[in-house]
Amino acid sequence: MAVVKDYPNPFERSPANTIGVIVIAAYLIYAAIDMDLSLARFLEGLGHGSALLDRMFPPNFTRWELLLDGLIESMQIAIISSVVGIFMSLFIGLFAARNMMPAWVSSPTRVIIALCRSFHPVIIAILFVKAVGFGALAGLLTLIVASIGFIAKLFAEAIEEISFKQVEAIRATGASFTSIVLFAVLPQVFSRFIGFSMYQLDSNLRNSTMVGIVGAGGLGGTLFSAFQRFDYDFVTAILLTIIAIILLGEFLSGKVREIFQ
Amino acid sequence: MAESQQNYLQIRNLNHEYEAGKPILRGIDLNFDQPGIIAIIGPSGTGKSTLLRCINRLINPTSGEVLFDNVDLTSVEGKELRRHRRHIGMVFQEYNLVERLTVIENLLTGRLGYMSAWNAWRRNYTQDDINNAFELLEMVGLKDFAKQRADSLSGGQRQRVGIARAVMQDPYVLLADEPTSSLDPKTAVEIMELMDTLARRKNIPALVNIHDVSLAQRFAVRMVGMSGGHVVYDGPPEGITEDHLKQIYGGESWLS
Repeated sequence: MAVVKDYPNPFERSPANTIGVIVIAAYLIYAAIDMDLSLARFLEGLGHGSALLDRMFPPNFTRWELLLDGLIESMQIAIISSVVGIFMSLFIGLFAARNMMPAWVSSPTRVIIALCRSFHPVIIAILFVKAVGFGALAGLLTLIVASIGFIAKLFAEAIEEISFKQVEAIRATGASFTSIVLFAVLPQVFSRFIGFSMYQLDSNLRNSTMVGIVGAGGLGGTLFSAFQRFDYDFVTAILLTIIAIILLGEFLSGKVREIFQ
Repeated sequence: MAESQQNYLQIRNLNHEYEAGKPILRGIDLNFDQPGIIAIIGPSGTGKSTLLRCINRLINPTSGEVLFDNVDLTSVEGKELRRHRRHIGMVFQEYNLVERLTVIENLLTGRLGYMSAWNAWRRNYTQDDINNAFELLEMVGLKDFAKQRADSLSGGQRQRVGIARAVMQDPYVLLADEPTSSLDPKTAVEIMELMDTLARRKNIPALVNIHDVSLAQRFAVRMVGMSGGHVVYDGPPEGITEDHLKQIYGGESWLS
């Protein structure tokens, strides 16, 4: 007599899965209670919020010279740090690419990139303010470090994904290493590099308005002192300006990407 | 361009293993001293590609000598290696063009071995190079495609560019790794004709790995049969018999 054997349900939830869901739910409840989150506290917060909004509008552009000074400095920080950071990342990224470099070059380079990435720009900015003093130089250095940490890694990864056939063919012509990079590697990664670089310019524009908060120059400083003096209508003016700059940067980088497809 | 009349290429006791104890090439001895197509046949995995890549040192052979232009290529490194490598043109099965460069730029990459990276970066080619590139392009029938990107071409057109790139190097020998395997039969014949014409015109040997035995016999001045990392036939194309083919490829059911 044939015994009909049931196959196990392949979609049955495993106990580990159930336990995981319970643990996450329990932690969420615990964390909320621990922080005294409650509806009453939330409603109280809303009241503060509406008071703030009242004072923020209408925006006040009467001190536009101050705003313009900060804005110009922020843009300078963003553009210089992008150009320097991208240029340095080209080399650092190449040295970090494991398919182009022996391990004794790529591994230490990767450590350098990881170091650049390991701190949030605010922390790097504080360190540079302490190291080189208040002002735009600290902001500039901060964003260069941040740029390297971000796009050198992306560059390295793009280089690692290239087709080696083209490299092999150019190597077979007797080309030097530099020529191989210029003619077999660069054409394959160029458009992606443009994309990364535009993204970094975008992000540097944003961050250049932030480093000022810790005293590293730019519009952030203006913003911070306006907050401290409760000039909330001026704060709104600054925030609107930042939004306009970011939108403009977005538009320009889109155009550049279009040109280089 | 200077024609090379020297003793072309000699391979002595060449061995290669990718993994220790698993040899791919076992004691290859070959002399190439006549111009024209030398077809290398043999089953996949028998080391034909490895042999070609050991000649221009894209792969470093485990042991043995490759005598070319009066030096042993296995003993040179760096600049010296590149100086000899530029006289060995290579053609690939999948063409290996730099897809995002234009056709004419791809041809001119054949001159990279002769110029500094700085000059290459600034596209500072000599007028001679540029003239040669356009003449060669016209000869392979792609004059109108010079400014197009390489990835817009068809397979046969790409292989013509690949061959032209190799010839731009002013080679003393051509290496072609299954140049026709990705092409339709008619285009394959045209590509072999082109290789034959160019090898004769430049008076150099062209070592061609090829799977199609009858196509090889039609164009080759000499054939080399490989099996299991050894050379098992070396002689005129009409000397290849069914027995040889059985020995090279194994079995006989595929022979009709």
